[in-house]
Amino acid sequence: MSADRRGAIAVLGTGLAGLGHAGGLTEQEIIAQAACKAVARSGLEMKDIDGILTSSLTSPWWVMRMAEYLGIRPRFSDSTMFGGSSFIADLKVAALAIAAGECENVLVCYGSTPRSAPSSSKINQMRAELDPQPYEHPYKPFNPVSSYALAAARHMHQYGTTRRQLAEVAVAARQWAQRNADAFARGPLTIDDVLGAKMISDPLTVRDCCLVTDGAGAFVLTSAARARTLHAKPVYVLGSGHAHWHRQISCMEDLTVTPAVDSGRSAFAQAGLTPADIDVVELYDAFTINPILFLEDLGFCQKGEGGAFVEGGRIAPGGRFPMNTNGGGLSCTHPGMYSIFLVIEAVAQLRGEADARQVAGAEVALVHGNGGVLSSQATAILATSL
Amino acid sequence: MQAHSEPPGAPVGADAHYFGRLAQGVFEIPRCRACGRHHFFPRICCPHCGSESLDWVAPSGAGTVYSSTIVRRPEGDYTVCLIDLDEGPRLMSRVVGTPVDQVRIGMAVRAQVDQTDEGPLLVFAPRGDAS
Repeated sequence: MSADRRGAIAVLGTGLAGLGHAGGLTEQEIIAQAACKAVARSGLEMKDIDGILTSSLTSPWWVMRMAEYLGIRPRFSDSTMFGGSSFIADLKVAALAIAAGECENVLVCYGSTPRSAPSSSKINQMRAELDPQPYEHPYKPFNPVSSYALAAARHMHQYGTTRRQLAEVAVAARQWAQRNADAFARGPLTIDDVLGAKMISDPLTVRDCCLVTDGAGAFVLTSAARARTLHAKPVYVLGSGHAHWHRQISCMEDLTVTPAVDSGRSAFAQAGLTPADIDVVELYDAFTINPILFLEDLGFCQKGEGGAFVEGGRIAPGGRFPMNTNGGGLSCTHPGMYSIFLVIEAVAQLRGEADARQVAGAEVALVHGNGGVLSSQATAILATSL
Repeated sequence: MQAHSEPPGAPVGADAHYFGRLAQGVFEIPRCRACGRHHFFPRICCPHCGSESLDWVAPSGAGTVYSSTIVRRPEGDYTVCLIDLDEGPRLMSRVVGTPVDQVRIGMAVRAQVDQTDEGPLLVFAPRGDAS
């Protein structure tokens, strides 16, 4: 059944706006800028958009607010919030909706401005109260960092993963960012810099943690058949998968195994591909432990070998395994829910539009989004041809 | 849910029971009558089998540190730990009674209920020689 959806939809245009510091624009304004770019680059007008998928960390009314702002009257919309994995999980929702004839042209968009307009302590308190976790909050985990720190500590204990190996992820991300004019953090960064940075929640220092920046992204999806008539270089969604097993870190059965095991299996099965077929990989790197876990869970290496896998510059520019080529959440941009930027970067790579960071001959990309505290995992495989 | 300790009319939900007993200095967790397994956090149905037939039981209090982090804050460092109870369930807590940098994964610990400024708090302390 799911194999029927292989390559059924494709990405048309993409758009970015307000990366780094939005300069006084609101989050709706930068999302609208990204959306306008994405729609124009799709060979469409906003009135052609009949489906919209967007969500917010704060507003439960978000899809109605964005459709209102953009003047869209959607035939299909969804605003389910899966944390940072939302916009890769949306690929499955869009494929189902388009296949069912519910809509033709789907806009996926997200943005926020935590750098230029940080949430007040009142809003942060409200978020905590609206998502009560009475069995965790009394212990004051500095979340999300502390939950990921617990996963990192367990992985280090169980498999001998080292802080230097975690630091390799941050250093490689910085080296990719240095090749990306849109990236926020482009200064020099060494492994010793990461190890010596301010400790936030052991074993994670501030350099093991993603940035807090402004930014918005958008892309448009349509059926593969329509995409060929609308765009010179459609990027096909060969397969996707989504899984979640827990909300709170204390309810995660094994801190070294994430639901990416399931989301990846679904995506690869639908695409009819294996990890060996992937040319470029974009993994949500909210913290340096994340890509190590996902490389294992997605089958790029065995469980426990992720630390060794990333050593020696393998994932850095010039390495054998190009990963997080925009600089990632660690060095490019991270406005809260990052996964929309994974899709946009993969599309740029597959279209040969990634300038100084272009991976030569990239034809198949894997994108993987993470939400919550390793809670929600969404994987998709994108390609230049079916 | 067997809410044996409350007077009639008192809240009988799992959260209310758990925190009510904690306020009395007692640590209890639910055990399923149908499948026999314990669970945590407390629910009104068993997450292992779906049964609503549950009893509150006092666990032994013995557990093992599954993972641990030191939260570095200007007001002082403290641990946040995941503890595996001998009965099976895992929960978030804090290891007290030892310097924060001495808490280790695999450390044997025992539950205690501390009365803090912010209310009763389930914490764990190293368990004798076994730690």
